[in-house]
This record gives sequence, structure tokens and C-alpha cells, in this order.
Amino acid sequence: MEEGEETRKFEPKILAFTCNWSSYSSADQAGISRTFYPPNVQIIRVMCAGRVDPLFVVKAFLNGADGVIIAGCHPNYCRYSGGNRQAEIRVKFLKMLMEEIGVDPARLRIEWISAMEGGRFAQVVQEMVGELKKMGPLLLRK
Amino acid sequence: MSEANLNQEPRIGIFLCDCGTNISSIIDVPQVIEASKGISGVKFVERDSSLCSSAGTKKIRETIERSGVDRVVFAGCSPKNYGSLFESVCQKAGINRYLVAFANIREQCAWAHQDRPKEATIKAINTVQMAAARLQKSEPLQELEIEVHPSTLIIGGGISGMTAALCLANQGFSVLLVEREPDIGGMLNKLYKLYLTNQEVSEILNPVIQSVRNHKNIRILTSASVREVEGYFGDFEVTISVNGGTEKFRAGTIILATGAGTFEPFGMYGYGKHEGVVTQLELEQILKQGKLKHLEKVVMIQCVGAREEKGLTYCSRICCMVAIKNATLIKKLYPDCEVYIIYRDLQTYGKENEEYQSKARELGIRFIEYTPERRPEVFPNGNGKVGVRVYHALLGETLTINSDLVVLSTPLIPNADGKEIAKILKVPLGPDGFFKEAYMEMRSTAFGVNGIYVCGTAQGPKSIDESITQAYAAAALAAIPMQQKKVKIPAMTAEVNEELCIGCQLCLDLCPVHAITFAEGKSMVIEAICRGCGTCAAACPSKAIAVKGFKDEQILAEVEAALK
Repeated sequence: MEEGEETRKFEPKILAFTCNWSSYSSADQAGISRTFYPPNVQIIRVMCAGRVDPLFVVKAFLNGADGVIIAGCHPNYCRYSGGNRQAEIRVKFLKMLMEEIGVDPARLRIEWISAMEGGRFAQVVQEMVGELKKMGPLLLRK
Repeated sequence: MSEANLNQEPRIGIFLCDCGTNISSIIDVPQVIEASKGISGVKFVERDSSLCSSAGTKKIRETIERSGVDRVVFAGCSPKNYGSLFESVCQKAGINRYLVAFANIREQCAWAHQDRPKEATIKAINTVQMAAARLQKSEPLQELEIEVHPSTLIIGGGISGMTAALCLANQGFSVLLVEREPDIGGMLNKLYKLYLTNQEVSEILNPVIQSVRNHKNIRILTSASVREVEGYFGDFEVTISVNGGTEKFRAGTIILATGAGTFEPFGMYGYGKHEGVVTQLELEQILKQGKLKHLEKVVMIQCVGAREEKGLTYCSRICCMVAIKNATLIKKLYPDCEVYIIYRDLQTYGKENEEYQSKARELGIRFIEYTPERRPEVFPNGNGKVGVRVYHALLGETLTINSDLVVLSTPLIPNADGKEIAKILKVPLGPDGFFKEAYMEMRSTAFGVNGIYVCGTAQGPKSIDESITQAYAAAALAAIPMQQKKVKIPAMTAEVNEELCIGCQLCLDLCPVHAITFAEGKSMVIEAICRGCGTCAAACPSKAIAVKGFKDEQILAEVEAALK
């Protein structure tokens, strides 16, 4: 990866909330197929993207995350019939809030990734690391 | 909950599996071990190369018993592989299975970051810290045990429903078979002969119907439909509307065998406009009634309305064999009739199907390939007949066939009742409208088990023998909890703290399985119905609902540890 001097020093920290049934497995799949992605992401497993309280996202940013990903099942595929939709609604709200307080809403990303889509998982992480490097650190930590 | 555990400081044991060289060749394992020893509350860090082996599990048990820890971290491969095994081993060694956490340092670390071993090592240390931090906030949980009623509701009296019914009834379970139509038998009632053997459907169907009718453990309700399903796995309360009234039934398990419909290709290839264009199913009726007149040329077109880019994108699996069968029957009736099958790809998979196709070719049935970019065209040919023009890629020219009959092979489509049933049973439909079979998984680590199973074409297009196989599978799955008479529900369910609940009922509205009720101004979760998705907990404005095992404190502890 060719990066400029400045961007190479800053390594963004990303937190990814993944749902047990799909995206958590997709991260496994990326590893199994040796589809490398940057180690900037740490994965937290929940049972459903619908479990992700907006509070978690806020706390993540306050604790030093530069980016947050919420990854759930594709629409129509949520085994709890719609937790992923709830997550989508909450992300919309969070982005409005972020905009208000001057945090780039692009730092929060919601993705639908099924269990076998290891490549997609890796791609999302790769993309986000690239974008965050351009945006710079968030620096909300007290 | 054990009082002792809550009052004492957590005592954490860490097992680190280096998975032979899988992990140790990338991650600096000694460094991870050193760092892990420094985590507060950690009493030991035990390294192994094969924790999943019987020697490994023995070591786990012995080490736990010796060390007196009350919670355990497994650092190694994904918990998806051996998570429930390790939890069971811990349980046997006296550790509550909900005090077990996993640090995925193989699939999600060593393997994913093989190109950056130094960073992978740092991340592995961090991942173990996250698991330990989670455990610090975890509590032992008790699983609810519910009794499973030894009775099954089977929705749909076709070959799948009937097969499952017989399988369960023969094992001594009570079965209620609910059929929408006035008669059981399903789609097979409409068929004439079956491919491979060319035998009449009645030869296999009638004995099954008789067995079902005569079985003392099977009760059949026809012209009936399921209106409501309340209760939960082990004790479903079903309301059926039949005979102008309703009936109630108590079921331990439910099997969905509602079958599929057929696509009617109005507007395609002249269907609906000309008499000389029919579907394969309509042709079956004509053949069954002996009404096929002598024809000179018959053209069958495959993939009509299927495998499209938009709309019905799937392959219906059986239509190629159905077409070859009907073509074979026509040839046997009228050997001098020219029969053409215009196909995109021939799905005659496997040994027997391929042989059947070869025999068809030997009979003189002609196969012409077409591509979706260059589809066959029809033109009126007088007297309601329709001719076909098709580009023959191998010959490089367009053939014109003055056919007497054009037969369209159309796909199976989701049952029209599907949406209604999915809502009543709270089970998901896939994007194609067939039932999404994820809940047939038997992985006991989580919530796949809710006592409802699916089989046959309700789950997707398939042949009769495939439907029968699935029916046996569904019956076998249903029989397991009914044989055991009790089932343990995973303890990761939602719980309301009444002191904090403000009675806004947001949780009630959001719950996808209606597991929350409301009384005296407070919400209450019916544990046996709750599937633990956590949508309620994320929405509660006063943080009154917690998901056991996935509490805010646990997740936030992971968040904090991840970002240190």
C-alpha cells in the first residue's frame, strides 16, 4: 500500500459490531480464505445487529474509536425478522446526531454481509481504513 | 444465580490454543501468554496445541478443577467451531457455561493478518483482554427447562407433510395434519406419471394417503387453515379454522410442509392468447385424461419465467426432468411425433437423471440450446396453434418449427399463503419468497432451536424424492426434543427490571416474536418465547431491559478494552 508520510503514521482504530449469524462468520470466512484486511478493526460479537444500542456507538467514539461498523444480515435474512432494520433506523438517527455535533457521519457505517461473504467483509474494512486515514483521527477521547 | 460468584472477585483461567502452527507460526504466542498473565483476575494461562482433541478437553477439565477459577477464556479458533463443546466441558468441570468467553485469534487474527505478524500479535493480546473484560461483567445464568409436548402440528398434507406425519406417528407421537384443500395429497394429485420409472403417481401416492388416513396417531383436518399460533417451543397453542368454526390444538413441535405453486406465464410465448400453448402441468392433465390427440410436432421451451435477472432468478430444479418425462410419454404414445426441447442448460444432474436423458435422445427427442440473449419466438400458425422460431447455435441458423403444441416449462413459486404463515409462525421468508431454512440448524450454541421445521417445496423447488428426504429430516429433528420430553432454552433472554420500567411499551412493539407482555404498567418478558435478539434492550429509553449474557455492561467492557 502506497501512503504518504503523514497518513502512514496514523493508524485508525475501528470497532465492528458483527451479528453472530452472518457478519461474524464472514470475518471468520475472510480468515479461512486468507483474504487479508488491515488489523485496525476489532470485532465485537452480538446476537443481532438490532442489539446494538446507539449508546455503544457513542461510547466507542468517546473511548477512542475513529470509525464504527455495524454489520448485520441482508434485508429479509434477519433470523429475528427485522433486527437489522432496527439497526438501520438507529444508524440514521446516529448519523444525524453526529452531523449536529460536527463528527463526520462517514465514520459510522452499516453493512449487510452474509456469512460466506468474507471478501466483502475484508473490502469494507479496507475501504474504511483508507477513508479514515484521509479524515484523520477523531480525538473525542477525554 | 450463585451468590458466592457475585460477591467474590472473578477468578479467570485462560486456555490458549496455538492450533499447532496455525496460530503459532504467525503470532508470537509467548508474548501473548505473558501479556495475558498480567490481566487482572487471571489465575493461569495454559497453552495447548489441540484443545479440541480428547486429550485437550481432558486437560481443560483437570486444569479448571485444580485451579479453582470460576470463569474461563478460550483463545484460539473461532467459537463457531468448538464453542459449545468447550462450554460443555467447562460445565462438567463446574463452571457455568455463561461464564465462558472466546478470543478468536485464529480466523479473525492470525489468518486474516498473516501478512502482518507483529500487528497480529498485538491484536491477539487485545482480543484476549476484551474477552477477559467481558467476563469480569458476566454472571452465571440458569437455563430454563421446558416440557415438550409429544405432539406435532403439520401444516400441509402433500407428500412432504404426509411423509413427516407417518414418520412421527410411527414413533408414537400424535400428529395433527392440517390441509387447506378438501383432500390431502397436494401437488401429486395433479400429476400423471413420474420421471425415471414413468410409473403412475397413484402407485406411490395412494398407499401413502391410505396409511395416513388409517393411522391411529394421525388426525387429519381438511379445508382447514392455521389462524394463530401462541405459546412457545414445547407448548404451542394453535388455533385452526375449519368447518366454519375453530379448533384448538396443543403441539410440542410444528412442521411446515405447505408446498409451492406454479408460475403461470401469461403474456409469454403466446400463453393465454393461443390454445396451442400450455404449461407442463396442463400437459400432465391432458395426458392423464387421455386427451392428447395425435400431434406431428411438439415444442417444449425451458426456463420460462425462471432464471431471469429480475423477478424469478432461481432455477426450479425439476422442469428439465419433467419436460423430458412428458416428451418421453408423448413419444411413446405417438412415435412419429417430432418432439423438441428448447433449453438453456439441461439440469439432469446425477446418474439416473443423465441416463433418463440419454434414453430420451435415443427415442428421437431433439434438444436445441438457446441463450437468454436470443430467445425462441412464437408466431400464430392457424387454428389456435403456435409455431416456434429458434436460433440453433450449433447449426448457425434459425429453425422454424410449425408446431401443433407448445409446452412451457415454468418454475415452482412460493405458496400464496406463505406470507401469512410466516407472520403467524414468526419465521422468516427468504428473498425468493420460500421459507428461509436457517432455523433448521441444530447448532445448540444459540437460538436456531425454536421447534418449527420446514420441508419440501415450501423451502424451495425440489423433486419428490428430495421432498421426501427433507420430510424425514424434519420429522427426525422434531422427534429429538419430543423424545427427550424436555428442552433447555438458551439463557440469553431479555429480562425487565421493573423498578426502571416506565411502561412506554416500546419493547412490546419492537419484539419480533411477541415475547413481551404488559401488566400493571410494566413490561414482562415470556422467557420461553424470547429469542434473545436484543432489539428491545437497544431501544429501551430507561435501560430497564437487559439481555442476559449480552448486557450493556458486558458489551461496553469489550468496547473499552478494545480501545485501550
